[in-house]
Amino acid sequence: MSFLNVIRRRLMFLILVLFGVTVITFTISNLIPGDPARMIAGDRATPEIVQNIREDLGLDKPLPVQYLRYLEGVVQGDFGNSIRTRRPVLEDLRIFFPATLELALTALFFATALGIPLGVASAVWKDKPVDHFVRVIAVTGISTPAFWLGLLVILLFYGNLGWLPSGGRIDPSLEMPTRVTGFLMIDSLLAGDLQAFGSALKHILLPAFTLGFVHLGVVARQVRAAMLEELQQDYIRTAKANGLSRFKVVFTEALPNAMIPSITVLGLALGDLLYGAVLTETVFAWPGMGAYVVNSIQALDFPAVMGFTVVVSLAYVLINLAVDLIYMAVDPRIREVS
Amino acid sequence: MADPVLKIDGLEVLFPGFSGDVHAVNGVDLDVQRGEIVGLVGESGSAKSVTAMTALGLLPPGAFRQSAGTISILGRDVATMSEREMNKLRGGDVAMIFQEPQTALNPTKTIGKQMLRVIELHSDLRGMAARDRAIELLKDMRINDAEEILGRYPFELSGGMRQRILIGMAFACSPKLLVADEPTTALDVTVQRQVLQLLHAKARQTGASVLFISHDLAVISQFCDRIYVMYAGRVVESGPAQKVLGNPQHPYTAALIEALPEDADPGAPLASIPGTVPNLVNPPKGCAFQARCRHAHAACDSRPVLTDVGSKHQAACWLREEISA
Repeated sequence: MSFLNVIRRRLMFLILVLFGVTVITFTISNLIPGDPARMIAGDRATPEIVQNIREDLGLDKPLPVQYLRYLEGVVQGDFGNSIRTRRPVLEDLRIFFPATLELALTALFFATALGIPLGVASAVWKDKPVDHFVRVIAVTGISTPAFWLGLLVILLFYGNLGWLPSGGRIDPSLEMPTRVTGFLMIDSLLAGDLQAFGSALKHILLPAFTLGFVHLGVVARQVRAAMLEELQQDYIRTAKANGLSRFKVVFTEALPNAMIPSITVLGLALGDLLYGAVLTETVFAWPGMGAYVVNSIQALDFPAVMGFTVVVSLAYVLINLAVDLIYMAVDPRIREVS
Repeated sequence: MADPVLKIDGLEVLFPGFSGDVHAVNGVDLDVQRGEIVGLVGESGSAKSVTAMTALGLLPPGAFRQSAGTISILGRDVATMSEREMNKLRGGDVAMIFQEPQTALNPTKTIGKQMLRVIELHSDLRGMAARDRAIELLKDMRINDAEEILGRYPFELSGGMRQRILIGMAFACSPKLLVADEPTTALDVTVQRQVLQLLHAKARQTGASVLFISHDLAVISQFCDRIYVMYAGRVVESGPAQKVLGNPQHPYTAALIEALPEDADPGAPLASIPGTVPNLVNPPKGCAFQARCRHAHAACDSRPVLTDVGSKHQAACWLREEISA
């Protein structure tokens, strides 16, 4: 199967997924009790005012008509206007999504940069103290709620030690770097503003650790299992018989092959991190999509909630596409099978 | 006489297990001289492979314990060698070929990459010179489109092709000792023959000694100068191939030869050895073959030692003791 075929198939799949996601979220949004028009109008508005708002927003039309109108907009890149912020939803997402993505990618980096070596060590020294230690870390990670861990690290690193800030993306006294990518760490480097970069880095450490900790355990366990599997393969024995050192056997023979099944887990982890950020962002006052969507839900701001859902679904499908393509790039067996 | 290429003395290996230690190897003496092709024969579970793997330090660390014996390769005691020195030895002076060519190559690396790795690790050849060497090795193994094969992945090739590649790799750095662990067992009979002939020719041509492990007496008889017959972790008979197979002195060897389908009458049921290999968690005190032996008698309750039964021909059986006494 060629790369192009996979991309084509996945993109067709994407259309189906987005159709399904919009139908479901649209239906659910309208089943939830609560009238957005009344929310906007306020407590003391007369029925006529509420009715006017309803007509303005097209909420008086039958549901299928409302849905089609929404879909028509989405296809043209118009997610409607947020009821709460009164700005186009797309513009809001453009502001908040990069913040979430920056946090999620940093968390993923943290989880893999620590999780892969821990998993390898755990497999190489199976049943030794290192292995037990890694297993405890993994189980702790998986069973610790992120919001609780977030509060703990704030208490320690901000409250007791005073080393790191408790929330936000950057020191409010600093000037924000010119927006290029929306990733503060990259934008500040592009602007050559090291002070802003340092502040952004300090601000992201605690939330990224909190968010990534769960996945650190998942990654370490996955890599451990895959490494154990590879290390008992016959080709490892051949490599040893060929005189490869233990180090080379582990890192140039077993690890690359063990990473193939682990890529799936990393892809799923990134998807999880994107929506898992909601809680973490709330704890750390991180101005990302999580905080945005929580506020939107409370305000019955359906266009905003739907915009969020569509973007996250889109990200999920694209991440899976990336996983498939990486699979093909690293495993010749998959590449050749047609 | 020069040092033997491989010399094993009184080797005992056990595998710790839940129901007690498994005594896999129980005092094996074995040597391979320069240029000699030595067969190690016995049924599954007789510890042929374990003996060879222990000698090359290829058993997974922690899974086994060598409780007695010494092993020396090219005159050097392996117990005194560091991990680094062993790595230099393996793939260089000592090479090994395994049973399963299907899984013995890394599935995600090209043949070329895997061959060059060995060549560059143990020789001064680099780049194109190393590549030329790889092509030469493949051509010696009668692989015609060698250049193209270097760019292929293992899953694109047949079992016979992969085993020939592995043999080529084993000869990459002109080994003095080649350990071949059932190299043709997983192949078709027609391919077996071809692979064996290539291996034999290459060994004779380079003067490499071979320790050839097989359960197949027919293959052993065509291929080996001298053979060791193993049973339940012990050598029960050894000597020149023709003598051992032509005039077996141990009832186990004799029974193995009788079980060869070549000698069977058409239509008659194939001969077999009744019973199974003894449980090595509690190895029998006397002769391990006693329970399956048709000549068993009172003396077999104590363990027979290898004694000369002819020129360079030894067997461990009380029957011979009585005859020669």
